[in-house]
Amino acid sequence: MIVRRKDRVIVLGITGKQGTFWTEKMIAYGTNVVAGINPKRAGETHVGVPIFATTAEAVTAAGGDVGVMFIPPPMAKDAAVSAAEAGIKTLVVLTEHIPAQDVMAMHAAAARHGTRIVGPNTAGLVTPGECFVGIMPAFVPSVFKPGRIGVISRSGSLGTLVCLNLTRAGIGQSAFIGIGGDPMLGTTTRDALEALDKDAGTDAIVIVGEIGGGMEENAAEYAKKMNKPMVAFIAGAAAPPGKKMGHAGAIVTGNAGSYASKRQALEAAGVVVVDTPSQIAPAVATGLQAGRGGTKAAVSQ
Amino acid sequence: MNFEEHAAKSLVLNAAGIPVPRGILCISDAEVAMAAAKIGPCVVKAQVPVGKRGKAGGIKLAASPDEAKKVARQILGMRIGDYLVERVLVEEQAKIEQEFYAAVLHDVTARKPLLLFSTEGGMDIEEIAAEKPAAIRRLLVDIDVHPSPAAIADMLKGLNLGGAEAQVALILGQLYAAFRTHDAELLEINPLALLADGRVVALDCKFVLDDAAIYRQAEIAKGGAAGAMTALEKRGAEAGLKLIQLDGNVGVLANGAGLTMTTMDVIRHFGGRPANFLEIGGEAYTKSEIALDLVLSNPGVKSLVINFCGAFARTDVMADGVVKAWAKLKPKVPVFFSIHGTGEEEAVRLVRSELGIEPYDFMEDAIQAAVKAAQ
Repeated sequence: MIVRRKDRVIVLGITGKQGTFWTEKMIAYGTNVVAGINPKRAGETHVGVPIFATTAEAVTAAGGDVGVMFIPPPMAKDAAVSAAEAGIKTLVVLTEHIPAQDVMAMHAAAARHGTRIVGPNTAGLVTPGECFVGIMPAFVPSVFKPGRIGVISRSGSLGTLVCLNLTRAGIGQSAFIGIGGDPMLGTTTRDALEALDKDAGTDAIVIVGEIGGGMEENAAEYAKKMNKPMVAFIAGAAAPPGKKMGHAGAIVTGNAGSYASKRQALEAAGVVVVDTPSQIAPAVATGLQAGRGGTKAAVSQ
Repeated sequence: MNFEEHAAKSLVLNAAGIPVPRGILCISDAEVAMAAAKIGPCVVKAQVPVGKRGKAGGIKLAASPDEAKKVARQILGMRIGDYLVERVLVEEQAKIEQEFYAAVLHDVTARKPLLLFSTEGGMDIEEIAAEKPAAIRRLLVDIDVHPSPAAIADMLKGLNLGGAEAQVALILGQLYAAFRTHDAELLEINPLALLADGRVVALDCKFVLDDAAIYRQAEIAKGGAAGAMTALEKRGAEAGLKLIQLDGNVGVLANGAGLTMTTMDVIRHFGGRPANFLEIGGEAYTKSEIALDLVLSNPGVKSLVINFCGAFARTDVMADGVVKAWAKLKPKVPVFFSIHGTGEEEAVRLVRSELGIEPYDFMEDAIQAAVKAAQ
């Protein structure tokens, strides 16, 4: 789930307003966009990219490793299922508000065909200095800078802020993995953590979590076995229980998904959990200097 | 979207062929008396989309129309949770032999529908799970295939349901079909009762419709319960914005759910109290003009944080909306900005030149200043 310049990217819904805007940004940044999909405009070229009627045809003609969907909710399921059937290995689903039972059908199709879904409701993937897939401001130099810190975030806006703070502190990023704000995600915090743990270009990891669900707790189980320094910020400490905080996934019911439970699980696994976003960069810097055990001691002082 | 019991029963269970007690929806004590005269010994049930109605005194038995009228007077007009009771369901009394629990919901970890059944009905599923976890039978369902009769039979194996087993199996299949047909987030029957006469009947029903599916469930959504919203929250909803009014005094205008929650957290971190949650992320980032109006209309607001970090949302577009709203609203409370990301240069220029305000470099500093100003 770390995108590379060699990855051939297919844009589903390339001709729409957002599809057009972001495809141009992706290409300008260095993303290898090989095809776009729009059944009504097959054979044409849009922003310099050849258009095909179906993802299957695009894969046959141009190849395709990564698909990215600029598709409205009512059509998202069919688009995702056909992309999985066409053999797309990584499918980035930006769409928010897809009916949950459609999301389940998308995940079922992905499982059948060996497709990794990132999202739904993700802002995408960024490999600073190399390429990006999605709707992140990869091209804004004050936000992203190449480096060796991996960032995992459910939220695009908060993920942007965290990368901005890292960059301002002179700390570059190896990869940004937006996993999405929906309750049922194809790529979990734990999946992303595992990928960054195994990535030779990543020295430390920042987890930007949110209340709701059990993903941070589950990631903490994996974090116990890790040696790379980790810093986490969990949004939603001040959120009232029983209310969805914008993201469908961000809701606390009973004790499940609470801030306290996430913080406790991560801290027990040796992850440094900070109170505000601006504390992330200093904690990462300390962690890189001291190694993992030292991060915790340095921050709690 | 939540539904009251009567709506869940008539719109979902009846349509699915699942038996429910005879019942009449009433809005006055006079109607209740008439309904009780038709039905006989009855139970009068407050219709509000929250649990624990019985414990709150919202469900009462009545042997005669006079008694039904008397209890209806107690129940109508009472408050349960955030809701005022405006309707009651008058249902025939049931002679209960045994209470079961049945539900279909989303298993978000497995990313599949989960069919649940338990012979320990009547109490909350959380209570059953805590006290008798072994009493809950689970079946994860492949979303593309209806659960097979064999899988349902296997789920019920060893529960000694006797003559009720065939009825329960049929109802579980019908319940799953209704869950799929109506885009349910949760469809729960508790209790599902075995009556003295041998029938299995749904005595209560909870139905939550997936908000994201309302566009294709328009007909059934008309029967949904109005949320317990404040006037300001209603105005937000009408503008297509998700606003949650809180009891604090620092107003929040930020883009994206994650950044908005974080802004609230940092307000709390510095000892302040957020006045609202309001999301203008995603496509809604173009609505900052109405958003500013909403946040400032909250009478509790003593200061305001505007925290933009543009990814998909362009900060220049959001700042432009704020500037336009500013000219009309002329905010009387101090406003503190932090602006970064997509469109940052133009956004900062607008705020400086049009409003004469210098944005803070770090959101923490803007928030700290806003918390101080509100005190």
